[in-house]
Amino acid sequence: MGLFILRRLGVMILTALCLTFIVFWLTNLTPNLEKLAKTQGNFRMSDDAVTSYLTNRGYKQALPVKYGQWLGALPGYEIEDADGKVRRRCDDGKTFCGVLQGEWGSSTVFKEDVSKIIGKRLGLTAKLMFWVMMVMVPGALVIGVLAGMREGSRTDRTLSTVSIISTATPEYVSGVVFISLFATGTFGMNWFKGTATSAMDNANFWNFFLPVMTISLYGMGYIARMTRASMTEVMTAQYIRTARLKGVAFRSIVLRHALRNALIAPFTVIMLQFPWLLNGVVIVETLFNYKGFGWTLVQAASNNDIELLLGVSVVSVFVVLVTQLISDIGYVFLNPRIRIS
Amino acid sequence: MDPLSWTGATGAFLNPIWTITVACFALAVVLQIALSFFAPVMTLQSNADGTLAVRGGYLGAVERITKIAFLILLGLSLAYAIAGILLPYGTGGIVGVMFKRFVPVWIALIAIFAVSIHYKRSLGLYGKLFDSTVGMIGFGLVMFWVFTAIFSGMFDMLVTHNPLAQVSGLKNKVPGIPMPEASAGNWPHYLLGGDNLARDIFSRVVKGSVIVIAIAPLATLFAFMVGITLGLPAGYYGGRLDTILSFLANLILAFPVILLFYLLVTPEIVATGIPSFMAAFLFVFPIVFFGVLLNSRYYTQPSKRNPLLIVVLGVLGWLYLSLVSQDGTVLNFMPNWLDGFDINPGILVVFVSVVFVNSPTVYRIVRGLALDLRTRDYVAAAQTRGEGAWYIMLWEILPNARGPLIVDFCLRIGYTTILLGTLGFFGLGLPPESPDWGSTINEGRKLLLIYAHPALPPAIALLSLVLGLNLLADGLREESLKD
Repeated sequence: MGLFILRRLGVMILTALCLTFIVFWLTNLTPNLEKLAKTQGNFRMSDDAVTSYLTNRGYKQALPVKYGQWLGALPGYEIEDADGKVRRRCDDGKTFCGVLQGEWGSSTVFKEDVSKIIGKRLGLTAKLMFWVMMVMVPGALVIGVLAGMREGSRTDRTLSTVSIISTATPEYVSGVVFISLFATGTFGMNWFKGTATSAMDNANFWNFFLPVMTISLYGMGYIARMTRASMTEVMTAQYIRTARLKGVAFRSIVLRHALRNALIAPFTVIMLQFPWLLNGVVIVETLFNYKGFGWTLVQAASNNDIELLLGVSVVSVFVVLVTQLISDIGYVFLNPRIRIS
Repeated sequence: MDPLSWTGATGAFLNPIWTITVACFALAVVLQIALSFFAPVMTLQSNADGTLAVRGGYLGAVERITKIAFLILLGLSLAYAIAGILLPYGTGGIVGVMFKRFVPVWIALIAIFAVSIHYKRSLGLYGKLFDSTVGMIGFGLVMFWVFTAIFSGMFDMLVTHNPLAQVSGLKNKVPGIPMPEASAGNWPHYLLGGDNLARDIFSRVVKGSVIVIAIAPLATLFAFMVGITLGLPAGYYGGRLDTILSFLANLILAFPVILLFYLLVTPEIVATGIPSFMAAFLFVFPIVFFGVLLNSRYYTQPSKRNPLLIVVLGVLGWLYLSLVSQDGTVLNFMPNWLDGFDINPGILVVFVSVVFVNSPTVYRIVRGLALDLRTRDYVAAAQTRGEGAWYIMLWEILPNARGPLIVDFCLRIGYTTILLGTLGFFGLGLPPESPDWGSTINEGRKLLLIYAHPALPPAIALLSLVLGLNLLADGLREESLKD
């Protein structure tokens, strides 16, 4: 078990390095840097001025060197420009300053430290995600278990259709439909708020329900289908038949014997759902104007805010990889057949 | 002209019946779900008079009510449709006019269903689809949009206005608004209203189907070529090849899709030519696939193989080179007389990124199937016969993996449609005036709280297509499991 976790950790770190390197490379391509120089300096800069701007700030170094410095594995640059002014990557005399040392740079759009922005925005998104999980996971498990306990029954077919419909509704469709149904007067049901901006400070049912429902609906169908598949498989197992032949009541068969084993597979699915939820978060935060992590990603990417975009990418890659790791380890840990052998 | 109401004169007596039936139906469905938790499990019940009934009792009664209400609903919908088609213009309201506008699609749908159901026993898996209700509904929804795309894209039939034309005075106007008098000779109404640039929403939604139906299946096909060409050897050989390829696939899968899109589909990145190089790399796979496919089968008969390979690889190679070589990008090496076609660079970038995002998942599925199938007896038999590795992979393993792959293909087209919509929603790639559904939703959402009508039709269109594909996949899965 220990060796397994170690190996998974090793692969995870390698993946994280590769991914951050790719993001670093793509954000540090020459056209992006030129655009950065022009937005930071002025738009009528000559090509020479752009080159010297970039050279003085270390952007013209070799890509692996830049990456190493950004990561904090290589000492930061010290560049003397034509006037003899020395520019350092690191302030206050430190040699290494990169992501590993907690120096995430500063955002060119928000004029603030990237780590501060990300911390604040992640907090807001965490609030959203918490409620999404509270709605999505129990809802999906209940639908899946109810559908899967009697395969082929009318309930099963109805609930399966419901979950197919929900997987076929991407967030930008359900969000638009929800807002026009329940947040405008078009259909006479102006019950909720169509924006979640006010939910950043005080979230209540009226301004937070629609965004939460929009994200959870798309993921719910998928988890429910996985739960149903796992439940139907368990219900045909030998020990369930034994329990039925013993005369155990159906209710207690489902609750006592089947449920625990049927919930192992959905656990992995829920964990692997995180990368998709990130998608949903970006869409919903844009649609409902909730200024969280996804909204920050869109702002950073569309404004060529390189350091912020890198920070956002690191966090999202980290979240995805950690949930993958948890799902792998959790699967082994939850499954007695693997755990004991 | 007067503005059109939703259901027009027919609605005056059909609407009340419709409302009552919908209420009954909804009530019956809720009651049925609630009852099914308490009612007895058995499907056969004895009645008081000693006879047996399938699903008797309260539950049975509720089920019968649901069925009757549903049939009445179906009949009413048909009544609206027929009224719209047969009665003079405007009597059936917006609904009637739209039904009439789609008449070519209805005819095509009825024709394809009639032919397919008649010959379903001799049509293999496709024919079996018509044994499952879910599959038929899904197929109907998908074919509706396919025919819409064909008729409006190729013959310019269904649209009522130019989807890019702006008519002053119709900005953000509600559905059924009449055209100003000045532009007489045109279609007299904006059926689904005007958007924030005063364009006809109905025509834009119809035209948008062309883009989706053209890109999504093709991109999925390319992703499958990539996934199959890499996944089969990875699963069949295993070992180091498998480790490396799987690591790369997981790398792409761990990338948040939206971040990838934002990184790939910005003008700056397009200027560096990275998407063009990715296109050059990804589009090689179909050539490799078909080359290996034919070579592994016919390499013992060179007289047959050589002409076949020359023709197939020649055509594919020419297509590949014309596709990759684009005016205005870094890869522009073909002389104009040889360059068959140029596609819109925005669409090419979107296409490439969608293929790139989809192929690792296909790779994982194919690899898993190959891992499972390589231990089968027929593979061992082929190995004993001395067949080549690629022959075994492509002509023994792949045909036996077709069931899950076909099902996944349907699901994946739906997923690709969602991805295309996502790209449009963020205004990435496709030109901003493009009528594709994602971009139209994006336009509409900005004023959603004031005008809800521009964003809803494309949203519902996208939903129905994806739902159709999912139902189709479900029906196919169910039917393919029955053998």
